[in-house]
Amino acid sequence: MNNPLATIGRWALGMLAALGRLAMFAGHATSHVFRPPYYPRLILKQMQFIGYYSLPVVGMTALFTGFVLALQIYEGSSRFNAESTVAAIVVVGITRELGPVLAGLMLAGRVGAAIAAEVGTMRVTEQIDALTTLSTNPFKYLVAPRLIAGALTLPMLVLVADIIGVFGGYLIGVHRLGFNPGAYLKNTYDFLETVDVVSGLVKASVFGYIVALMGCYHGYHSKGGAQGVGRATTEAVVSGSVLILITNYFVTEIFFGK
Amino acid sequence: MTDAQPKIRMSGVHKRFGPKIVLDGFDLDVPRGQSVVIIGGSGTGKSVALKCILGILTPEQGRIEIDGQSVIGLPISEREAVNRKIGMLFQGSALFDSLKVWENVAFGLIQGRGMERDAARKVAIDKLGQVGLGPEVGELNPSELSGGMQKRVALARAIAAEPEIIFFDEPTTGLDPIMADVINDLIVSCVKRLGATTLSITHDMASARKIADRIAMIYKGKIIWSGPAKEVDRSGNPYVDQFIHGRAEGPIKMEVFRP
Repeated sequence: MNNPLATIGRWALGMLAALGRLAMFAGHATSHVFRPPYYPRLILKQMQFIGYYSLPVVGMTALFTGFVLALQIYEGSSRFNAESTVAAIVVVGITRELGPVLAGLMLAGRVGAAIAAEVGTMRVTEQIDALTTLSTNPFKYLVAPRLIAGALTLPMLVLVADIIGVFGGYLIGVHRLGFNPGAYLKNTYDFLETVDVVSGLVKASVFGYIVALMGCYHGYHSKGGAQGVGRATTEAVVSGSVLILITNYFVTEIFFGK
Repeated sequence: MTDAQPKIRMSGVHKRFGPKIVLDGFDLDVPRGQSVVIIGGSGTGKSVALKCILGILTPEQGRIEIDGQSVIGLPISEREAVNRKIGMLFQGSALFDSLKVWENVAFGLIQGRGMERDAARKVAIDKLGQVGLGPEVGELNPSELSGGMQKRVALARAIAAEPEIIFFDEPTTGLDPIMADVINDLIVSCVKRLGATTLSITHDMASARKIADRIAMIYKGKIIWSGPAKEVDRSGNPYVDQFIHGRAEGPIKMEVFRP
């Protein structure tokens, strides 16, 4: 029978080794983001894939989150006769937290999985080795464009999601809860501060980078054929989602911690 | 550099994956302008040897030289310069699915050598012609091609930059005997035209006899015999004899679990 301490020790060592591998990959990949040559055509292609094609899913998520947020805040605040705070809390909640986090999580599912599957398939079919033999650095050609596109595109998506989410709250506030349209918009505008939007966009940039990094990392290290690519895809989505939630706390601390 | 100096020299190369020793003091010389074929069973380290030369894998010990220059542990830019001398045909062709056929063939010219796309496209169409494929094939995606056509495209990509060295990894695996012979003929004619040095790995003896000037046999991570291709039938080595005649009985024991 295994010694439980040895099992815990093996698990801890394995975890540390995995973190070390990820840190080295992230450092190596990031260094290529800041060193030419760049591949503008590939970056634009990835921006189109990550941004444009994610608009419907992110837009729908934001719209219905705005609906639900307005209803829930109204329900909760009415217990304290504070219904007038609905517009303010919707806009702050969407721009600071729900916009970037939900968009990041949707992206982890849609884009992180796709990147891991594509890069993983290239790994198991020797296409990444072929890049090396054709004097092309896979980090520059495959990884860096995805990281750049992820970090640049998610903020744009989140800006759109913020607008749609706030609009969703407005629709419910005005048409379902009976708020005056002008008063609702004035409350929204009065309570919104620049830092609310900026912190959300910074988070979005970090989350976009994380999603692309996890997709590339797990895809790049996939092995064992179709099963290995499937495993890499799952791991990219799970690790990307968990890292978004963890990073969210630290970025929030940086912006709003006392 | 002298004429006697081999184009590629591997000496005392060791490579292991965890507890599994794959190359165990691997020695091989590939003379300039010659075609050397490494034969050996599956899992004996043939592909690993090629990947060590290409810099895709790094051996733990030993020395690998190309044109007298040691290539282990080179900085990335110098490694890329060495790789510009090399073309490679992969076992599964390894064509890029996201690119058209002509873009695959021209990839090394555009990305590796900075050639303009229009000029690279002309070269790609010319190379596709050399492997018997028309210009219309260049506009297709790799997934629209048969296995034999994919191999030809991979061959066109390997020769597109007119490299000094070409590696062939199981060039005929998965092809019917006629298509395999077509690929062998194309390899011989392309290599002759370029005057390149080639190193191939295969367990297809018909292919080895057709394309090799010299044959070397790998067993348990070491070269156990090498000599001119025409002498392979009278090598006097029982391992080589068993392999080239495809006999189950002999000194090479396959690990087969019988219930």
